[in-house]
Amino acid sequence: MATTRQLNVNGRVYTTDADPETSLLFVLRDHLDLTGTKYGCGEGQCGACTVLIDGKARRSCITRLADAAQKQITTIEGLAKGDRLHPVQQAFLDEAAMQCAYCTSGMIMSAVSLLSVKAELSAAEISRSMEGNVCRCGTYVRIVAAVQKAAKVMQEPRQ
Amino acid sequence: MSNDLDFQAGREPERYELTTPPRYCFEVDRREFFKFLGAGVLVVCVWKDARGMQESGSDKGARGQSLPKEIGAWLHIGEDGTVTAYTGKVEVGQNIRTSLTQGIAEELHVPVEKIQMVMGDTKLTSYDRGTFGSRTTPEMNLQLRKVASAARDILIGIAAAQWQVDRNRLVASEGKITDSANQRSVEYAALVKGKQFTETLPAEDPLIPATQWTVAGRSLPKVNGRDFVTGKHRYPSDQKLPDMLYGKILRPPSFGATLSSLDTHGAETIPGAIVVHDGNFVGVAAPSAEIASRAVSAIRAEWKSQPQISNKELFEYLRKNEEPAESGGSGPPGSLERSDSSGTAFRSETGSVDKALASADHRLQQAYTVAYIAHIPLEPRAALAQWSGDSVTVWTGTQRPFGVRAELAEAFRMPEERVRVLMPDTGSAYGGKHTGETAIEAARLARTAKRPVKLVWTREEEFTWAYFRPAGVIEVTSGMRKDGTIVAWDFHNYNSGAMGIRTFYDIENQRIQFHVTRTPLRQGSYRALAATANHFARESDMDELAFLVKMDPLEFRLKNLKNERLRAVFEAAAKKFGWGQTKAAGHGFGMGGGFEKGGNVATFVEVAVDRSTDDVKVLRMVTAFECGAIVNPDGLLNQIEGANIMGIGGALFEAIEFSNGRILNGRLSDYRVPRFSDVPVLETVLLDRKDVPSAGAGESSMVGVAPAIANAIFDATGVRLRSLPLVPNGLRIS
Repeated sequence: MATTRQLNVNGRVYTTDADPETSLLFVLRDHLDLTGTKYGCGEGQCGACTVLIDGKARRSCITRLADAAQKQITTIEGLAKGDRLHPVQQAFLDEAAMQCAYCTSGMIMSAVSLLSVKAELSAAEISRSMEGNVCRCGTYVRIVAAVQKAAKVMQEPRQ
Repeated sequence: MSNDLDFQAGREPERYELTTPPRYCFEVDRREFFKFLGAGVLVVCVWKDARGMQESGSDKGARGQSLPKEIGAWLHIGEDGTVTAYTGKVEVGQNIRTSLTQGIAEELHVPVEKIQMVMGDTKLTSYDRGTFGSRTTPEMNLQLRKVASAARDILIGIAAAQWQVDRNRLVASEGKITDSANQRSVEYAALVKGKQFTETLPAEDPLIPATQWTVAGRSLPKVNGRDFVTGKHRYPSDQKLPDMLYGKILRPPSFGATLSSLDTHGAETIPGAIVVHDGNFVGVAAPSAEIASRAVSAIRAEWKSQPQISNKELFEYLRKNEEPAESGGSGPPGSLERSDSSGTAFRSETGSVDKALASADHRLQQAYTVAYIAHIPLEPRAALAQWSGDSVTVWTGTQRPFGVRAELAEAFRMPEERVRVLMPDTGSAYGGKHTGETAIEAARLARTAKRPVKLVWTREEEFTWAYFRPAGVIEVTSGMRKDGTIVAWDFHNYNSGAMGIRTFYDIENQRIQFHVTRTPLRQGSYRALAATANHFARESDMDELAFLVKMDPLEFRLKNLKNERLRAVFEAAAKKFGWGQTKAAGHGFGMGGGFEKGGNVATFVEVAVDRSTDDVKVLRMVTAFECGAIVNPDGLLNQIEGANIMGIGGALFEAIEFSNGRILNGRLSDYRVPRFSDVPVLETVLLDRKDVPSAGAGESSMVGVAPAIANAIFDATGVRLRSLPLVPNGLRIS
């Protein structure tokens, strides 16, 4: 009775029988056990659930499973290449851009999406673009610094 | 009043921080420790008071089979050289996993990577009242440093015996004991192999003074940071067990509503759904969160509600509903108000306030209010409960794992030994996770389902069914001489709390009183507690008084302030801020500061008010902070910055709206929290007092924010705002 559906997450194909109306967030967390993506508000207001869908930052809590199938989804678990962290992940560590870190996955995914569109960003541009991500611990200044640092690293020629 | 000393130590009774002692404290068998841990060195630290009670029983270096009952913290060095420290404190983002590790690394001379912290597990760690009130750094950091230092001494002793040399020529460093005379060294792991050493500490061993710290006192990144940037860390809401079900609770439509009829048939026909009905508790456990939600929606329930007041009548209500002085206050059934036995009014009087007021050159009478606000930890309450026979284990996010254990034991009428609570590092709390509602609900569902059940509250549930920072009314009557000397201070706080209620200015005649009142909403702890409200009223009033005698607010404060540590932060912040410099049109400068929980803070802000839109923006915030010897400077900066941002929310726009037992703005689209665009330029001056014991910092650093902003708005516009939040809808002047 249940129809199955394929979901491409972090380069791997998963099969799920979840209802197509289910939010992508719950499919990722409960069905695929990818719990790095967080629930924060359920209405797309806090950004904790941000994932990349075809490279763009999307709020997985208000994205239906049906709308995510057939697309390339990247979650926080899929960013690092083996042991090598993505420059944005490394920059968050370097700048100590977290306290409880519950918002961190969403912040990093939003920043990765942002940097894929524009390589050089002012602090004001980063703030404006990431207004939809909430850090209740208030580490915003450090997050902006981390995104700027990552931007710089990503522009350096590959060694 | 009697508790002056407690006040000075920053330990005044605070009815919103629950501090019930454990009912029982059982013997710990040292053989059990080693059975669990394997061989090695074990050092336990006993609370000072408890030690006094046990003098007859165990001695330092006890070789008996029993360990003291009142263990504060303990540490084990295993045969592989791994150091494991155990503490009942928990990590909610304040980074104590890191700062406590630093303290141990410092005393034990081991690399940070060798140290593991086991935190907040009621089975493995010793009893702890909870992680609140900024007590971790002054208390637990000290305890763990003492056990680490004793462990180091034991290791030196073992090496000295092995080599048959004088222990004084041996040095501990980098996880090894070295005998420099003979150029030999041995790793801790090798020293403890196959041995069982126990040391019980009276906790008076000398510690390394802050001036000689090499690991502590320096910035250290979050010890397990990598787990967080890769999504690997499992928060309470991420916990899973095989065969686990998902829970969902049927909520009443309003506070205090009682069930008058219930039809669960619709839910029971949904495959996999297990309905649990027990009194007013109705919930569902199901194989997925979606099914659980669907089943709860299929339940038909009728509730009996009672009319209740709205936020529009709140302050009048608080002012008119004072409880008799000795009462603990009262609130809706099940609220913290009723369960908190320490909820007493507070009154302190020196000199003769009425006489001094009558003869003062200037008199000022003002009232200030603060709204209820929500904590909004980004991770809502979550719990995973599993029964095994008649014992239950619950993983949950709480600042009081032992308190939640007690709540579970009480709810299920069972002894605490059959309850284990574990606290994985949690997605923040800010004083908002002292209670165990979710743990109890998950455990109740799991008991009937006979399978593990996870329950994660929705954001709306977190807004509605947790508790709020208390609202309050504060009335201040003050008297002053022509030269700006304050001679009388009459300060009355209704409901918001006694924390930070004392004035630190030198005023000869003062009457300070906290009035317990009835409260329409369930209320509890919050970062900095009532210190924010009391500082807001006090520091706003200071500016109002300065204005009356046309004095500069900084000069006016310093004239009435002797405390050197406080003067130092005001002066340091003023210098960094450039107090007295010229400002742009529409801009205003303001300050606020004070002393709380061992931390001294002064906050200076610059605001810009756009009179065409009535928009208020905080542009710059300079904080000078001093909390004794600094353990982790960057961690401290992070806490201060975060407290400032959180403070901006409560100062400018955060407020809970409610009516008839319902929360009207209980979602993030309706309740504004500080975001990137609200962040001013933050500058922080840290004053490192290596001669003063380290105090916590997560709370005290925020108390100057609200009054500084209010004072700056007045400076910019001449409009005096006396209610928090100050500008929920911009600066609308009628």
